[in-house]
Amino acid sequence: MRRPKNPSLIRSQDAGGDAESPGTRGVTRRSFLTNVATAGIAATASPLLRAAPRTTDLPASPAVSGPGVTVPVSLRINGHSYQLEIESRVTLLDVLRENLGLFGTKKGCDHGQCGACTVHVNGRRVNSCLTFAVMHQQDEITTIEGLGKDGQLHPMQAAFLEHDGFQCGYCTSGQIMSAVALLKEPCDATVDAIRECMSGNICRCGAYENIVAAVRSVRNRA
Amino acid sequence: MDPFQYTKPATVNDAMTSVKASGAKFVAGGTTLIDLMKLNVERPTTLVDINILPLDRIEPHAEGGLKIGAMVRNSDLAHDSRVQQMYPVLSQALLSGASPQLRNMATTGGNLLQRTRCYYFRDTNYACNKREPGSGCPAIDGYNRMHAVLGTSEHCIATHPSDMAVAMMALDAMIYLNGSAGVRSVPITQFYLLPGDTPDKENVLRNGEIITHVTLPALPANAKSHYLKRRDRASYEFALASAAVIVDMNGNKIRKAQIALGGVGTRPWRSPEAEQELAGRDVSERTFRKAAEAALHGAKPYRNNGFKVELAKRTLVRALQTVTASA
Repeated sequence: MRRPKNPSLIRSQDAGGDAESPGTRGVTRRSFLTNVATAGIAATASPLLRAAPRTTDLPASPAVSGPGVTVPVSLRINGHSYQLEIESRVTLLDVLRENLGLFGTKKGCDHGQCGACTVHVNGRRVNSCLTFAVMHQQDEITTIEGLGKDGQLHPMQAAFLEHDGFQCGYCTSGQIMSAVALLKEPCDATVDAIRECMSGNICRCGAYENIVAAVRSVRNRA
Repeated sequence: MDPFQYTKPATVNDAMTSVKASGAKFVAGGTTLIDLMKLNVERPTTLVDINILPLDRIEPHAEGGLKIGAMVRNSDLAHDSRVQQMYPVLSQALLSGASPQLRNMATTGGNLLQRTRCYYFRDTNYACNKREPGSGCPAIDGYNRMHAVLGTSEHCIATHPSDMAVAMMALDAMIYLNGSAGVRSVPITQFYLLPGDTPDKENVLRNGEIITHVTLPALPANAKSHYLKRRDRASYEFALASAAVIVDMNGNKIRKAQIALGGVGTRPWRSPEAEQELAGRDVSERTFRKAAEAALHGAKPYRNNGFKVELAKRTLVRALQTVTASA
């Protein structure tokens, strides 16, 4: 079972032709957990509960919904074009997750302090929580879902696997997006320089040693 | 977050017209404004997005310095080869602030207008004279470890958080403004206001005015500059104390010094007192210490931030040692 399509997403114009992103095709961890949770409610809930809205469904509107007028917004993400009707106050991060189902980009602090939401805008890394989607209509946006090509991991993704650059994994997509952007920045390959260049991404598990090793291994190849 | 109207003008004139709407604000990088909108500290009813205005150039200035557009991103400014060569203090200050992601977003004009990180200002559950004039200042008798020791008033002790502005303060930057009354320029040393009894008024920017660019004068050929920042962690943290130092040397003698401090003042803190102690003196730790004492003379510590007085002195001494030791 797939999650319901978001009514705020009116159409997409990419080659794939539907609103489902590559990240939500087939059985993913998220769809699996959603299905299990929904099945659990159906099996055990009282009639009253069963009549209630399915709480496990993803929100049908942006997280910051409320009174306000929607505006048409076109975005170009991972090479696909999307036409949306959203409020101007919706952040790029919330559009990715809540409207487009691109859950790879994570919401950590939502205030530009943790880096979990890092994406590329025109090839440069930014915090997607501190910018409104409506501000990016002429931009080329890349998320973690857009890094790999032709079913192959980006070398940085492979390096994070090889060096075990994570524990819980929540910060990982932001770490990788930062690390990929760093390759094009004036950042030396020393441990100190990489730690400084990666300082915008917090890892609460403290996997920094392995993250630095992963980034260095790719940086040294570049 | 409150809903708002959104507009994205393509010219400075259209931007100035759009921002005349009641409750309108400019948004550039958004790293301060959107953060504060999420906290309901900022509640604009119209956002005027100035990201496509043609203000993103760094150009040589007629008088030998640089002209920096208001929309130049912090990362581009920090990594510009002319900035690195002419104004190391500015590049170092920029790179010591925020994170690479935020520096890719934050702009020159926006950074000048960065709001304080005072936790009471950022939390609408508390009174704050800066946010709601006349409501009171809980920081003065509250937890004030990060607050200012210079330029405070009985109404506000919030620290100005910018690193870039501290370097520009030492560099004698000139800020160019455009508004309905025309174009004008303000020296950065006169741009920021002390809190006094109107801490809500942070600078001389008039309603509807936009920062178009900043100019930096050329430094003397023998001048050297440096930025040193002290903070609670090694990176990605606001200053507890910082020092921007520019010295024009003649052998072992300091011909002229330009000194500004960060993390300790209610505005980026230029210190003519320290400069006076250094001018014409030979390089020595004793001279540096005297300059540091002069810079912090009159500092007023509060319950939790007394350590900043000595920290700022040592930061300035160390910055002067570093800049005069570099050949």
